[in-house]
Amino acid sequence: MSQFLAQPLGWGTGLIFALSAVVLLGVVLGFVTYAIYFERKVVGWVQFRHGPTRTGPLGLLQTVADVLKLLLKEDIIPALADKPLFVLAPLIAFVPSFAVLATLPFTESIHFADLGIGLLYYIAVSGITTLGSLCGAWAANNKYSIIGGMRAAAQMISYEIPLIMSLVGVILMTGSLNLIDIVNKQAEMGMWFFIPQILGFGIFIIASLAELSRTPFDIVEAESELVAGHMTEYSGFRYAFFMLAEYVYVFGMASITTLVFLGGWLPPFEFLGFIPGIVWFILKFSFMVFFYMWLRATFPRMRADQLMQLGWKVLLPLSLVNIFVTALLKELL
Amino acid sequence: MADLYSNNYLIVAIFFILGLALPIGALTAGRFLRPNNPIAEKRTTYESGMEPIGGSWVQFNVKYYIYALLFVVFDVETIFLYPWAVAYDQLGLFALVEMLIFVTLLVIGLIYAWKKKVLEWD
Repeated sequence: MSQFLAQPLGWGTGLIFALSAVVLLGVVLGFVTYAIYFERKVVGWVQFRHGPTRTGPLGLLQTVADVLKLLLKEDIIPALADKPLFVLAPLIAFVPSFAVLATLPFTESIHFADLGIGLLYYIAVSGITTLGSLCGAWAANNKYSIIGGMRAAAQMISYEIPLIMSLVGVILMTGSLNLIDIVNKQAEMGMWFFIPQILGFGIFIIASLAELSRTPFDIVEAESELVAGHMTEYSGFRYAFFMLAEYVYVFGMASITTLVFLGGWLPPFEFLGFIPGIVWFILKFSFMVFFYMWLRATFPRMRADQLMQLGWKVLLPLSLVNIFVTALLKELL
Repeated sequence: MADLYSNNYLIVAIFFILGLALPIGALTAGRFLRPNNPIAEKRTTYESGMEPIGGSWVQFNVKYYIYALLFVVFDVETIFLYPWAVAYDQLGLFALVEMLIFVTLLVIGLIYAWKKKVLEWD
């Protein structure tokens, strides 16, 4: 990819960029399809159930069938809803979720845009999705939706601060926002950032779970009390795009965690270097995705008030301490 | 070098366009596949099976706005923290002390909000 990026833009290179983006879109859609399948399987196994088994061999076509069913569902827009905003909201939620993937490198050669501000771009663009769920919640004119949407907005903005600040420690140690530089720095130091930045890593994991609104921080949707929150009035493919955005963020967040804290495509030991980098990336990435599912099967949901207090009273002060301890250690060592 | 820069942002633009094209394409294709029979009962707002009582566009708890204000304060702080962290190698101890003063000023605001029980939720 690097040699194409350095070439002047022509029809050939432009076509290659567009095609590679389409390939990634295909990979992401495939990932989402089977992430949903495995989530249901893993949660099933944890609870001594089988999960989906009927559709196709081992139930492998379950999600495909679900998506096709959603495509054939009638598109109902409530009479009292604000129609233009109701139609626009799934777009606002989905577009940034895919756009953030442009900056992710999968190995040193397989990457898309090699932005100097990669990490900042990811954080900044991913914040827009909150606006989509809030728009959808308000436009639906439904009481469950508005409660869910307000909670979602409050949770997202509260946990975005510790999420961003927990990364400052890594940036201090690297001196760059470029994701390839961050991985190369870990290769140079000979250890992955989750060891020297253990506090930042912990804060990042907790805050990223809240940003993904996954268990134990899923009060945004809270199916048993809010009937899916901001998605209550959505049906058919509009609903599908909210769900898709959520799972594309799982892809993005697992990749970012892998790149920034778990050494990206680096092998854990030198002598394992003969295995290609992409394999290591996929292994670490899959572990992170499994970790999210594992938590979902294990943890109960947090209460809304506990959630906000954890964000502002514990994670924010800790992430500030982490920044200054890192800077001070850098000065002393 | 200029090519590298513009090509990188071209890819970002392609991703945005593709992200827009997928939902628009899928919803347009769905228009020909899905039934369309909007009757008045279907289009009522869901409220656990009852007739909706009153609208939902009401004044909301002020707590949410205070959280939003706190968010703006600390989000702007991170805008200063990021370039500081990138350039820290060249800036050294002086910049560390300056950032410490800046963050302390904002943390005093957080402590004030804490004491005023803004972070409580009831």
